[in-house]
Parts: sequence; structure tokens; C-alpha cells
Amino acid sequence: MTTFWFIVIAFLWTGYFVLEGFDFGVGALMPVLARGEAERRQVLRTIGPVWDGNEVWLITAIGAMFAAFPAWYAGFLSQFYLAAVMVVLGLIVRGVGLEWRGKVRARETPLVDAAIVTGSVLPAFLWGAIFGNVLFGSAFATVMGGLLSLGLALVHGAVFVALKTRGPVRARARETAWVAGVVLVPVVAFALWRMDAWPAYAAMAAYAAGVALVWAGREAWAFGCTAVTIALTTAATFLALHPEPLPGLTVESAASAPYTLTVLTWIGLIALPGVIAYQAWTYWVFRKRLTAPEVLLESRNA
Amino acid sequence: MDALDLARWQFGVTTVYHFLFVPLTIGLGVFVAGLQTAWYRTGKEHYLTLTKFFGKLFLINFAMGVVTGIVQEFQFGMNWSEYSIFVGDVFGAPLALEALLAFFLESTFLGLWIFGWDKLPKKLHLATIWAAVIGSNLSAYFILAANAWMKHPVGYEVVDGKARMTDLWAVLTNSTALAQVPHVVAGSFVVAGGFVLAVAGYRILRERDATGLIPRRRDFGDVTVPMRREAGMWRSALRGALVMTAVAGAIVALTGDMSGQLLHTQQPMKLAAAEGLRHDTAGAPFSPVPGIEVPNMLSLLAAHDPNATVQGIDDIQQRLVAQFGPGDYVPNLPIVYLSFRVMIVFGMATVGLAFLGLFLTRGRGRRARPVPTWFARLCVLALPLPIAAIISGWLLSEIGRQPWTVQGELLTAASVSPGVSLTEVAISLGLFTLVYGVLAVAEAVLLIRHVKAGPDEPMPAVVPDETERRVPTLMY
Repeated sequence: MTTFWFIVIAFLWTGYFVLEGFDFGVGALMPVLARGEAERRQVLRTIGPVWDGNEVWLITAIGAMFAAFPAWYAGFLSQFYLAAVMVVLGLIVRGVGLEWRGKVRARETPLVDAAIVTGSVLPAFLWGAIFGNVLFGSAFATVMGGLLSLGLALVHGAVFVALKTRGPVRARARETAWVAGVVLVPVVAFALWRMDAWPAYAAMAAYAAGVALVWAGREAWAFGCTAVTIALTTAATFLALHPEPLPGLTVESAASAPYTLTVLTWIGLIALPGVIAYQAWTYWVFRKRLTAPEVLLESRNA
Repeated sequence: MDALDLARWQFGVTTVYHFLFVPLTIGLGVFVAGLQTAWYRTGKEHYLTLTKFFGKLFLINFAMGVVTGIVQEFQFGMNWSEYSIFVGDVFGAPLALEALLAFFLESTFLGLWIFGWDKLPKKLHLATIWAAVIGSNLSAYFILAANAWMKHPVGYEVVDGKARMTDLWAVLTNSTALAQVPHVVAGSFVVAGGFVLAVAGYRILRERDATGLIPRRRDFGDVTVPMRREAGMWRSALRGALVMTAVAGAIVALTGDMSGQLLHTQQPMKLAAAEGLRHDTAGAPFSPVPGIEVPNMLSLLAAHDPNATVQGIDDIQQRLVAQFGPGDYVPNLPIVYLSFRVMIVFGMATVGLAFLGLFLTRGRGRRARPVPTWFARLCVLALPLPIAAIISGWLLSEIGRQPWTVQGELLTAASVSPGVSLTEVAISLGLFTLVYGVLAVAEAVLLIRHVKAGPDEPMPAVVPDETERRVPTLMY
């Protein structure tokens, strides 16, 4: 039962990193991918309807850790206290930035954009740094972990924008994706090689395929590959965290009693497929590629 | 000053701050959904105008509720790791359920609502806002069930120094939760009602639109555009809020009485502290302000029996020392005493305002009475009352729980993270205060600006820039 719940936690984190991974990338790259206000709105609109739902994967992952592995939850957040504070502050300024951007005056948007960029870069880097530190303990690994998660988010986000838009933004996003992809090869290759597990090696292959496919203009396939890259990297991380998710703490000793785990299993088994179904439906509703004029018109009518 | 004090300050500040936004999310969301339902069923244009206007205010506020909520979920682990380890088996479950069953619903469907106006069929689009507000209200239930467990732990046993859940159903149907959930949710509707009253009151004063008999125009600089607004739009918004506040207010009073009786049996110290009752007293009096006493009233309120014995602070303290060993088991008396009174007086004033307004604006159709100017002004001035009341309610509830985090099981002093230093908490408290302060100002400015600007009118056919000219006019 504890192993099963460890897998559940890993799955929730994977969902979070895959989904909010591109949200972070889109937020961080917004000034690079867009020229002018209309294009900025176009870029942000790609994640507009979905980013908040994506972030709930984190809330659920943390909540599930609290319920299933209280000592892991408590140790994880109190040991990385200041990093967690910075993650939360990043998520705060980013969240209000995304929600308020369409509601502030034109001269205030640069400030909001700065909040969105900072709030996207900070958590994207810090999550990798935190997990890198748990796994290897050294300052170098911390930085490499941060660069890996930030880098993957950037490539993933650029591919997402290329997939979801039309016009000059799409061309720029595609170029950014493969250029950034190539530039980041040393970081990604080294970090994944250091993790030394089969999902990490598979992630390397998926990453290479993703970069090649976006270069070739196959955006949907490329997005699938970057998503798989992040999923496999997360899998490799959690594989390495088992059975000791924090130094000196075992999964068994951190776990809640069987009753709690059983009850939560039943509720989770019933609810989670429903959640996945309606989130998938959201992506279906907003499947259309966006153009800048359409987005401008929509925001005026909202 | 040590890390424990600062951690308590941080939890208090961030939680009170979070709760400034939550009641509006809960209550205003339902109000907006109600407006959209009215538009869907009647087809009257002004309901749509109101839906979009209050919808925008709702969204400005919603963002703050969401992001400050993330802090809450992280904070148990960050600052209260000993607490988290002790309670996680029980307390974590409602939190996980809240995320899984409520937050996903809320945020996913709100995204669909915001961006789905022209993508979803009308009926389905209406369903998305209802799904979102059901999510918000469900989340209130789960988090309040978790909170109720801290005051009245049930459905658990302590094994190896940790609480272990034995009955989830007992946790979710805790008597304390069943009284607290409707009390807080209805209180949130009172806050949202007070907010709408203030906004509608302001618009009535500004547009001189008490009856809606005056045709409205709006200047766009060189062109004056007649507004297609329905007559008496703000009166109907105001009336809606009056009904909501009055009904919710009645529920608050009723469930407040239930909570009071539960305190009598479950948390006698909090009850005694709220009243400043020193010794066990049969037929205890109630003193609304020091100096005035209503005989037997407290016993009547607490036990529905004028002669019942109500326990007093000093006697409870002695019994707790005998049970748990030496220590100070008395919460901060002035705060608990005062917040109890602020909650009741301000809350009742708001509800009284609602009943007064219902009377003043009674009548339908041609007999509809206009909103008196002085009443509209009163609505604007009354805005802080329900907010102060609900915040005081929380201060009473949580400061009155001290020195326990889990009543009778775990002391606050034993709950704090041992590995987090004073410096670290000082840094985080400083950062939170800074960011929260800036955001509070920003939120207030945004809300005031949008209330002042009023609803968007149908746009005059002006093409403002290059990019838009390429859109076929058909799309307007």
C-alpha cells in the first residue's frame, strides 16, 4: 500500500511538471516570443484557460503527501524552507499577474509582465534545484537540477506556443524551441546521465526526438516528446527517491496507517479519472490555434 | 521573541489575509452564477451586463484567494512540521480531498467560464460557473472539517505519539464541522452581500439611478452614446444582495447559536474566555458590555437552560492543570472577549441593514419603491462591517483555541518546526508582509477602478488600431 501511494504521489508530481512545465515556459518566454501587446496577449492566451487547473496538480500532490506521508511532507517543506517560500511567492505574483493582466492600465502592464516572468522562472528553477539537492546533496547538483527543470520548461513551453498559435508568433516559438533545445543539450544530457536510470536515458532520447521534430515543424509530435521527457525525468527522480525520499527518512516510516491509505485510494480511484476527463475536455474546447487579432477581439468582448 | 512566536504571527497574518478574499469568492461566485441564470432564463440584457460587471470584480478577487491559499497548504509543513507529523494521518485527508474534489472543479471550470463565452453553448457555459462555485463551496466544507477537527478531534486514536484516523466519516460529519460549515459559508454570503450592497449603492449614487427612470447617456469624448441599459438595473442588483444577506444572516444567527452550545460542551475555555466568566456559575449572566448584565442569559444561550452551570476560566485552568500537568491553558482574554463582541455587533448590524433595505425598497413593477439616497450611502459606508465581523469570528475561534493546536492532544508550542530558525521565519514573514501589502493595495485599486468605471457598454463602432481592421466587420 505504501509503495502504491508513493507511485500515486509520483504520478501527481509528474502531472504537475508536465502541465505546469509548459505554463512556466510560456510565462518565462513571453517577452521573447511576442512583439507588441497583441502578440503578448496571444502568447498568454494559450495558457489562459488552463494554467490554474494545471497548478491544482501541485496542490493535490502536496495535499496527498500530507495525507499519505505526513513526515515526508513536513520534512520536505521545512528542510527547504526558504526555497519553498520563494516558490510560493513566485506562484503568487505569477497567478495574480496572469489574472490581472487584462484588467490593468496599459502603462502598468510592464510591471505585470515582470511579475509573470519572475513568477514563472523562479518556481521552474527552484523545483529542480530542490529535487537535485535531495538526490545528490551538493551545491553543484542543486544548480544543475534547477537548470534542468527550467530548461525543460522553456523548451516544452516554446513547443506548446508553436503548437497553439498561428502567424509570426508560431514561427518565432518554433525557432526558439529548437535553438534553446540545442543550446541546452549539454545541461540536459549531463543531468540525466548523472541520474543514471533507465527512465533518464529514455528521457534523453525523447528530448532529442522532441528537438528534432520541432525543427522539422512537427509540433504536435514534438510536444508529445517534450511531455514524455518531463514525465520520464520525474519518474527517474522518484525512482531514485524510493525508498528514502529524504535523507534518513524511509517511505515506510513516513506513511500514514493502512486505514487512511485505503480510504483515500477508493476516493482517488473514483475521482481522479473524472478530473482527468474534464481537464482533457477543457483542452478540447480550446483546441483551436490562436491568432493575435482574434485574441484582441475576444479580450475586448469578454 | 523566538521562532515559535514569529511562526504564529506568520500563520495568523497569512491566514487572516487569505480570508479577506475567500468569503467574496464563495458568496460573490454564487451571486454571479445567479445573475447569469437570471439572464439565461429571462433573456433580459441587464442581467448579462450585471453578470459581466460583477464577474469581473469576482475574478479580480478570486486570483488573490487562490494564490494566498497555496501558502496555507504549504505552511503546515514549512512552519508546523511537528503538528503535520502528528495530525497528517487524519488532517491530511480532508486537505487532499479538498484539492482533488473541489479545487480541480473550481479552477478548471472557472477557466472554461472566463474564456468560454463564445465557445460553449449558453446552457453549458452557465453550467461551468455553477460547477466552479460548487467547487468553491465544497472546498469550504473540507477545509472547515479539517479545522473543526483541531477544536474537537473525533474518529481517531493516538498510536506511537501520532494521531491515526479510525473513521473518515466521523471526521467529515464532526458535530463541530456541521455547525461551523454553514456558519462560515453563510457568513461568507453576508460578506459578499455587503460587498454587492456597497457597489450597487455607489452606482446608484453616481448614476442617480434609484428608479432607473432617467434615460442614460455616456460620453466617449466626441460622441455621446445612448446606453441600452435596462431601467433600475442597480436596484435589482441591490435587491438581490439584500435578499442574499438577509437569508444568509438568519442562517448565521441560527448556526452561531448551535456553535455556542457546542462550545459549552466541547470547548468550555473558549466560551468562558469570550464572556470573561471567571468561575463556574449556575444561571450565568451575559454581559454585552462590561457593567451591564442580563441575568441567566449566558446559561440560556449556552445550554438552552437558564439554570445550567457554565464553567469559568479559573476553574477550567485548575482542572486542565490536574489533567495535563502544569501550564497556562488560558487564551488571550482581551482579544477573545473583544472579537466575540465585534463579530456579533457588526454581523447583526449588516443583517439589520439588509432587512431595513428590503422594507425600504419593497414593491414590484409600478409600485416599486426607489432606493433612498441616504440608504445607498449607508450601504457604501457599511462595507467594512461584515468583513470585520467575519475576521473577528476567526480570531475568536482560533485564538480562543490556544494554547492548543489540537484541543486536548497537542500544544501549539509542541507543533512548530524544530529545524526552522528564527532568521528563516523572520525572512519569510518579512517577504510575505511586503508582497501581501503591495498586492492588497493593487487589489483595492483595481476593484475601486472597475466599480468607478461601471459596466462596459456596447462598444461604439470605432476601430482603434491596425491589427483589428483586418477582422471582418461581420464579427462584431
